[in-house]
Amino acid sequence: MDQAELIPHLFRTEYRKIVSVLCRLFGIEHIEIAEDIVSDTFLIASELWGLKGLPENPTAWLYTVAKNKTKDYLKRNTLFAENISKGIKYSTATSEELELDLSVKNINDSQLAMIFVVCHPCNPAEAQIGLALNLLCGFGVDEIASAFLTNKKVIYKRLQRAKEKLRTEKIEIEQPTLADIDDRLSVVLMTLYLLFNEGYYSSNHDVTLRKDLCFEAMRLTYLLVENEQTNKSPANALLSLMCFQSSRFDSRHDQNGEIVLYQDQDTDLWNRELIAKGEYFLNRASEGTKISKYHLEAAIACWHTVKTDTTEKWENVLQLYNQLLLIEYSPIAALNRTYALAKVNGKREAIIEAEKINLADNHLYHSLLGELYTDVDNEKAISHFQNAFTLAKSTADKTIIANRILKCTQKTGADMGKPLE
Amino acid sequence: MKDFLLVFRTDYNTMPKASPEEMQASTKRWMDWIGGIAAQNKLVDRGNRLVPAGQVLKPDNVIADGPYTEIKESIVGYSLVKADSIQEATELAKGCPILRIGGNVEIREISVL
Repeated sequence: MDQAELIPHLFRTEYRKIVSVLCRLFGIEHIEIAEDIVSDTFLIASELWGLKGLPENPTAWLYTVAKNKTKDYLKRNTLFAENISKGIKYSTATSEELELDLSVKNINDSQLAMIFVVCHPCNPAEAQIGLALNLLCGFGVDEIASAFLTNKKVIYKRLQRAKEKLRTEKIEIEQPTLADIDDRLSVVLMTLYLLFNEGYYSSNHDVTLRKDLCFEAMRLTYLLVENEQTNKSPANALLSLMCFQSSRFDSRHDQNGEIVLYQDQDTDLWNRELIAKGEYFLNRASEGTKISKYHLEAAIACWHTVKTDTTEKWENVLQLYNQLLLIEYSPIAALNRTYALAKVNGKREAIIEAEKINLADNHLYHSLLGELYTDVDNEKAISHFQNAFTLAKSTADKTIIANRILKCTQKTGADMGKPLE
Repeated sequence: MKDFLLVFRTDYNTMPKASPEEMQASTKRWMDWIGGIAAQNKLVDRGNRLVPAGQVLKPDNVIADGPYTEIKESIVGYSLVKADSIQEATELAKGCPILRIGGNVEIREISVL
């Protein structure tokens, strides 16, 4: 990796670590100081490395500079130092001086504690995801804006407001106690689930960025299952789901960046290693007694790692969707359940059920009905696909739907023009 | 939308002794039916089954075994759904597997206290 790539890379991997450690040291109310110290460190790095070349160990160099900058800051701001030093656990009896602990263990512990702060329910989900990207994943405002398909100003304001909220609420940076771990963990898992989906289902064309979002969500979930206290069954189920889904990442787009539908995907491109990991974490998830929505979604995703259409597969998928809907309704689960029903009991029964679910303003609803009516009543299929086309927002979706309309039109055309034999 | 209680009734005595396969098929029918209601976002609570044995307490501390010794149709379970009208709630009840074994579904609007 040359220098031009190295600094952004280190920024991505190291910024969040040092910020987490500093935040835990200072308290979340001083998050700006922590961010300033780390930003300064990177600024010096980019100036100095450009002039003098790379140091032997760039990461260690960054840590040393961050430590010194912290010491300097505390020297210059004795009042601040006095206030926070009461809480500093690292100063030893022999040395009055603060030693910033950037050991692997302390970095992991700090990041884990920060996950719980960032995913605190005092902020709305959207703000939690933004904060997670910023503070836990080292994404800059530009990248977050691009991921959310919005402008920098919106993101900047959102982050400022969210950080302010953490300050005013005086959220403690600590791992939750055993008593409230389940509640707190469920909020964290939800944020990481949304973060992953943001990457996986986003209509953003930047595939690398989307992959990064998924990867970051997985890395943070992995931090949870690696820690004894947070290694709970739903966390494992969520990680399993993420592994199964991302195993298909490379097959979901062709060379032109167009979406490739599941049934058209090249299974050779499916990542076997991730599928195996998904199975491993699903097994670990089954050690608990409670079934979360992540368990059900992971189990469905597991069935989808086998592409062959078997009755067994679709029967199981249908039952899993039934259970999922009993836990929590979502339009997408309702639509997918109906698709599975068509695979098990046939299109005609599924059409009756689909028309009951009534999601007329959802393009996926019309796509599903179009799919179900194909070869049953192609005229109706076309009309539903046309509705879907009008309602769909992204070009990628529109392209897929236009293709379906074309195919159905060819079918009705072929019917009419069928030569009499 | 209003909440409605669906009460499932059947005669325990006439309920056939099901084989494990039949039990599994029955569970699947119930799940497909209730899943269909949930897919419309009209399920409030899937409810529960009730075990056959029970007691009925009457005035003056008279306790009777029951309820099936006295009533031909006992309550075997219940679910809560939401709908705009009793007609719509009744529409949801159609397809309930209890109807296949000679039982019935009572649909009652809940009047919230």
